[in-house]
Amino acid sequence: MMTNKQPLSQRLSWLIPTIYIVFLLLPIYWLVNMSFKETSEILSTFSLWPQNPTLRNYTVIFTDPSWYSGYINSITYVVLNTLISVSVALPAAYAFSRYRFLGDKHLFFWLLTNRMAPPAVFALPFFQLYSAFGLIDTHIAVAIAHCLFNVPLAVWILEGFMSGVPKEIDETAYIDGYSFPRFFVKIFVPLIASGIGVAAFFCFMFSWVELLIARTLTTTDAKPIAATMTRTVSASGLDWGVLAAAGVLTIIPGALVIYFVRNYIAKGFALGRV
Amino acid sequence: MEKTWNNKAWFMVLPVLVLVAFSAVIPLMTVVNYSVQDTFGNNEFFWAGTDWFLDVLESDRFWDALTRNLIFSAIILAIEIPLGIVIALNMPKKGIGVPICLVLMALPLLIPWNVVGTIWQVFGRVDIGLLGRTLASLGINYNYVQNPLDAWVTLIIMDVWHWTSLVVLLCYAGLVSIPDAYYQAAKIDGASRWSVFRYIQLPKMKRVLLIAFLLRFMDSFMIYTEPFVVTGGGPGNSTTFLSIDLVKMAIGQFDLGPAAALSIIYFLIILLLSWIFYTVMTTSDAQG
Repeated sequence: MMTNKQPLSQRLSWLIPTIYIVFLLLPIYWLVNMSFKETSEILSTFSLWPQNPTLRNYTVIFTDPSWYSGYINSITYVVLNTLISVSVALPAAYAFSRYRFLGDKHLFFWLLTNRMAPPAVFALPFFQLYSAFGLIDTHIAVAIAHCLFNVPLAVWILEGFMSGVPKEIDETAYIDGYSFPRFFVKIFVPLIASGIGVAAFFCFMFSWVELLIARTLTTTDAKPIAATMTRTVSASGLDWGVLAAAGVLTIIPGALVIYFVRNYIAKGFALGRV
Repeated sequence: MEKTWNNKAWFMVLPVLVLVAFSAVIPLMTVVNYSVQDTFGNNEFFWAGTDWFLDVLESDRFWDALTRNLIFSAIILAIEIPLGIVIALNMPKKGIGVPICLVLMALPLLIPWNVVGTIWQVFGRVDIGLLGRTLASLGINYNYVQNPLDAWVTLIIMDVWHWTSLVVLLCYAGLVSIPDAYYQAAKIDGASRWSVFRYIQLPKMKRVLLIAFLLRFMDSFMIYTEPFVVTGGGPGNSTTFLSIDLVKMAIGQFDLGPAAALSIIYFLIILLLSWIFYTVMTTSDAQG
């Protein structure tokens, strides 16, 4: 229902988001474009789309264990981290949203500082700490290390969702004779299911995009895909095609789930505070 | 919501406390430990007091990196916040356009940070990148590997590309919470586009804008991976930000003492910023 009464500026308003989206997609398109080219084609000719489209780069990744194990490693520690973060954050978030207790505000603030802590500060001490426990190059080491910023994030997001559930529900359940664990699992968790999904998504995501700590704590057996990529860049071979294909494959997991959290994504980035 | 006083709630917080303490407190103690000791190797340490802190605070290297970092943060904030507001104001409010915009705009936020670096490294290359090639064919002498200014421009555009969507999404979340009645009332009063923005939209966005501002400031203040991949801190030291400098010092040169002292100073700055963030958020929570 476009009416001529609308001023010109309003009718053209779709242009701004469109231009912005084109700006966002161009570099990604260029990576996808390169991933379907032979490296020789990338270096010799300049074209906006592949002249001889090839799947060779993707075949290399899916057949070479040093490449695809990177994905398996990344996914393993990311999933581990998500499970740990959300399960310890659930009771804590409940405590913060329902009760006041000694030092609660200080604790909440302290958690926040860990979300804001620069990973660079922790890289070296982490390496020494996990060496002392003999955990270097294991998935669990990276999973626990990433809890540093993901547990606070999960607590903040879940606390936001839980505070939206009226307290009367808890009280009614207790009057009906529910014990706390039964109430929590049977009634409360289903009520904040979307919150758990969002928290899990953000833990997954921040663990997936982080490289500095993951790279510091791993050498070969648990090396994340992101670190595998940097190694290829520095090697003089510079197989641009494979590098591009590997990059495209790291974008896919995020792109797949983004649709499900589109309405909560702002909330997640703002630590449950929108 | 009225909360009841219950110290047993500590038991529910305990797992989080233990886990985060293991990941945060022990490493931090290690850093403190190194920052006050010196070594000649062989695991023999002796007390160095505040020497390392004075060293760091008196070195040009620290102040240069800090200045570069602050300038970088200031520039990207000056671009991303207004740009994010403008885009959020012009986003469709209903219909099929909404999910499409949200999903496509969120895409850069979910790309691993080093891949973001790789994307821009490739995109900007003069020989194989679309951007570099286009600029070269326009006769612009652009080379982010050799020219510090070009390196800065590349990093800033990359950060705008990577994070403006965060500002957009937060502002958009604030905007959709405004009831239609407000706009209708404004229309009846014959309010101009500017006064609608100034008196209806901006106040509603104030809270999310604060969050966006603080998050962007803190995250850009500890940026590491993206510039590391694109420029590696160069050319020269022109894009060596605090985090890059710290990792160079700690893992590259293994200067544990100065690196630890720098870590503590860095962490204290972040702590102060977090405190501001926390205060702002909780007071605006209280206001509703």
